[in-house]
Amino acid sequence: MKNSMTRPLLFTAAIAGSLSLYSLVGKPVLAPDPNNAGLKLPAGFGALVVAETGGRARHLTVTPEGNIYVKLNRPKDGKGILELHPAATGKATVTGGFGGYGGTGIYAKDGYLYASSDEEVFRYKLDAKGEVTNPAQPEKIVTGLLNRGEHESKSIVLDNAGNLYVNIGAYSNSCQGKDRQKGSMGIANCPLLDSAGGIWQFRADKAGQTYGTGTRFATGLRNVVGLDWNAQNNQLFVMQHGRDQLHDIFPEMYDTKQSAELPAECMYALSKGANAGWPFLYYDPAKHEKILAPEYGGDGQKLADPKYLEPAAAYPAHMAPDGLLFYTGTMFPEKYRNGAFIAFHGSWNRAPEPQKGYYVVFQPFKDGKPNGQWEVFADNFAGSPEKLASGRADHKPCGLAQGPDGSLYVSDDKAGTIYRIMYTKK
Amino acid sequence: MKQTLLILAVLAGCSPAAFAQKKPTPKATSATSVPTAAVLKGRAVYTQYCLTCHQADGGGVDGMNPPLTKTDYVLGDKTRLTKVLLNGLQGQDINGEEYHNVMPSQDYLNDQQMADVLTYVRNSFGNKASAVTAAEVKAVRATNKK
Repeated sequence: MKNSMTRPLLFTAAIAGSLSLYSLVGKPVLAPDPNNAGLKLPAGFGALVVAETGGRARHLTVTPEGNIYVKLNRPKDGKGILELHPAATGKATVTGGFGGYGGTGIYAKDGYLYASSDEEVFRYKLDAKGEVTNPAQPEKIVTGLLNRGEHESKSIVLDNAGNLYVNIGAYSNSCQGKDRQKGSMGIANCPLLDSAGGIWQFRADKAGQTYGTGTRFATGLRNVVGLDWNAQNNQLFVMQHGRDQLHDIFPEMYDTKQSAELPAECMYALSKGANAGWPFLYYDPAKHEKILAPEYGGDGQKLADPKYLEPAAAYPAHMAPDGLLFYTGTMFPEKYRNGAFIAFHGSWNRAPEPQKGYYVVFQPFKDGKPNGQWEVFADNFAGSPEKLASGRADHKPCGLAQGPDGSLYVSDDKAGTIYRIMYTKK
Repeated sequence: MKQTLLILAVLAGCSPAAFAQKKPTPKATSATSVPTAAVLKGRAVYTQYCLTCHQADGGGVDGMNPPLTKTDYVLGDKTRLTKVLLNGLQGQDINGEEYHNVMPSQDYLNDQQMADVLTYVRNSFGNKASAVTAAEVKAVRATNKK
């Protein structure tokens, strides 16, 4: 009696089990990880870990065929660029690598892969499958860029007219006579701006360019890591890393709390010849003013010369914006289209105040201009509120890229995790 | 002439070094024991001048400011460590890692402040090493070539 009752049930269970097994194994599907890769996301979004690279994954780019190229800050097993081929599940393993140099910048466009060391920009040819054809013999597009250790990374992006833009960070915090020295004043006119502290423009297809053949496109930018081309109004947008240590250098003018909140991390919309005013000013997000830097005679109140470029948007101090991406996909809801994602690597010099950042934010745009309040999009890279406050984060978001299906990819240069964020609501 | 000598003698008698010789603190005599007062004063100096870069836990910042833990720079030769404070440091790999920020010279700190902060750093964040005295800092400063 008992047996005859349970048998059909067991049979049904076995059928159901094998069916679900079939759907899992036989037909792999793209799905978020059960814990959304540890991230906190808006409703309707999910995330998965594409790969754990174990490298210091700076920027990344995805080809139209879906191949992922990741630039490492320092080569791993002799490879400074990792190649990943995601399976239908979205999961990938590192399938190859090349480019025995460390760096930050990587960008794929029009059949080429561009990558930067801290002094040069290289170009590789991509075939119809999005594979690099000349991993050992790239063209050296730009060479001899200044690297004095500080703000050394050379982020890159291309426009739609065959130009390559390269950040050359200032090897200084605020152009003091003695860098970061308490009380040291600024060098008159800050001559390092001749060769750093700005964005340089080169041709994307010409080998062997350097300072003489390039153009200083914009200046007065302390250090830019995140930058992207806005195709809607054909303009370069950059995220500046604002100056550090107002309290340490001028303790009589700034207390530790003011030093933690000043200055804003700023987004700038650049046109040729733009000057954002570093090191002569910083932007005060509470006053909404450009303030004369104390190294150049400021007292925390005096306004800077109004001739300098106004920021397009401002964000809390010291959060280190390392990635900028204009979202042009259709996977995410309408409000995200043509808006900007910004990866904030996370702060350190808010100490002794709690640290901030370690997240990806979304900045709405309208007609090629920031429009409305930014919001946190992907949070909890740090792993816990305690790790966030102390700055001892598990992951530090750095690079952003858009996949061919409109997924958002995020790289992490702390643990080397590659994330993929998707809209999953039907 | 006589008067000048007298003044010098009085000054010498009042100098902190002479005072310390008359009233030695028992804790400071052994090389391994570390005076608590120096650690406390050193902590105040650390909080004011060092904490932003090296952080409250002494762990530094990845790729920017080196950690003060588990490094021979802190735990090893006191003369080299004192010179880091006097002259600053730049472009030096620590335990095989690059650090990109410049450490400026902290030579505005007096000998006692330097001794206290170095003693604090050598005995905090899990570190354990002998104290640094003001006399040691003074000797390094006197022969320091920038």
